[in-house]
Amino acid sequence: MSPPLKLAVPRGALFTETLDVLDGAGVDTAELRGDSRSLIFEASGLTLVTMRPSDVPTYVESGAADVGITGKDVLLEQSDRVVYELLDLGFGRCRMVLAARTGNDRLAEAQRRLGMMRIATKYPRIAERYFESTGRQVELVEVKGSVELAPLVGLGDGIVDLVATGRTLAENELEVREEIVECTARFVANRVSHKLRSAEIDDLTARLREASGG
Amino acid sequence: MIHPIPPGTRDVLPDEMRELRKLLSDLIEVFEAKGYGQVATPALEYDEVLTRGRGRGDNSAYRFFDEGGELLALRSEMTVPIARLVATRYANAEPPLRFCYTAAAFRAVSPQRGQMREFLQAGVELIGAPVAEGTVEVIEVLEAALDAAGLDQAVIGLGDADLHRDLLAELGLEEEEIGSVLKRLAAHDLVGLEAALAAAGVAEERVGASLELVKLRGGEDVLERAREHGAAAVVQAVDRLQGIGEALRSRPGGHRVQFDLGLMRDLGYYNGAIVEVYDPAVGQVLGGGGRYDGLMRRFGLGFSAAGFALSLEQVEAARLGERRREAGE
Repeated sequence: MSPPLKLAVPRGALFTETLDVLDGAGVDTAELRGDSRSLIFEASGLTLVTMRPSDVPTYVESGAADVGITGKDVLLEQSDRVVYELLDLGFGRCRMVLAARTGNDRLAEAQRRLGMMRIATKYPRIAERYFESTGRQVELVEVKGSVELAPLVGLGDGIVDLVATGRTLAENELEVREEIVECTARFVANRVSHKLRSAEIDDLTARLREASGG
Repeated sequence: MIHPIPPGTRDVLPDEMRELRKLLSDLIEVFEAKGYGQVATPALEYDEVLTRGRGRGDNSAYRFFDEGGELLALRSEMTVPIARLVATRYANAEPPLRFCYTAAAFRAVSPQRGQMREFLQAGVELIGAPVAEGTVEVIEVLEAALDAAGLDQAVIGLGDADLHRDLLAELGLEEEEIGSVLKRLAAHDLVGLEAALAAAGVAEERVGASLELVKLRGGEDVLERAREHGAAAVVQAVDRLQGIGEALRSRPGGHRVQFDLGLMRDLGYYNGAIVEVYDPAVGQVLGGGGRYDGLMRRFGLGFSAAGFALSLEQVEAARLGERRREAGE
């Protein structure tokens, strides 16, 4: 008898919508919505493990979780992690963009005069691939916190960051210059679990597809 | 005093060495009993030889010049060196030829991912046997090897490397589009696969049918469901897989095999049947192989060939994992 399927659930920005989709797929998430400090929950024949979205590919690749939900931005940034990407869940829609100060020419000026832009980002690998594929030289500055700060105090000429509504950008007098890729939440599976627990995973995929309106 | 070793390498101490030696000798015993003679080849080869086998842009991670200025490389697997050995030493021999090995191979690793730079492989190569019988034989040997390694729960995924290329050509895709679709499939990206098929102008219901196809994995029933797809490429692949399934059933083997219409190995040199080995106790693939007739042609031989390699580190991890699961931990 196999243990219940382990599902990695992302805390943070995707948390509420993930729980809504799981509810729609017939997984009872009431316990996760409470103020419990637990990280692991048993519900509807699944083991739900909550974690940071950026940890989901790590757990799923190793098989510590059989399946998981995380953002496409996370999967792109960790593209060396081998997981099955089974379903676009459609929620958590946002854009990865290149942004710079509103009405300021510094980004273009740096590119023209120095042949090199300095870009602050939390997504160095996505940014690196993007600038390389568009034939431009950049110096990438990796920051962990509020990236919007960087161009305001002169750390960089622009930023590569995830934008949902654009409000944070506007409040910091930044504007979108180029759109790199659109990202949504994805349902992923471990490579071995996908093969050996196919019936359970296919069933859950079908229910999630239904619930996410896909 | 600590003297470090490079990441991804390790020392083996007597306790583990005893277990490893037992595993290696059990595997070699199985291979030899089935007529596969053990060979060894140099860890170092001319880079040109390895590149000839693997194709462009798939270079060894470790290359250097020798004292005469020749470019040498550390092998990254054993199939190419054995193809080289056969071309040099057995060009006029009467096929089929059967070889087995246990050997260290070398590859680049991502930092801090627990990947081994130097890793131990055990496997077989069957060269010059008729296509259908050869594939069946290799799967039988693989099953016997898994039995000998004590992996009761290991499963062999069996797919067809030609299926998707043929199907995409049948759907009328250009070579470049086929490449971009296959890349998605090899990366296990089914969302991207759907988008790539749509972008290549495949009609919506054909996209849906193809996505259903790559999800088919399991017993004989998935082959019947695959037939419903209707395309000639799929029917041919299903016929090939069914033939292998029937041949395995008529012998003692076949109980570990799971058909997989979405199976795709990363290496460019496979054609026809491909296999991958899974164990529920570990999240990584234990090994794999298949048929690679094109590889032998690159070395000037008209032989068909098939084989597999198991990663012994993963086999050990699976053995430990299965024991833990049995103990109920």
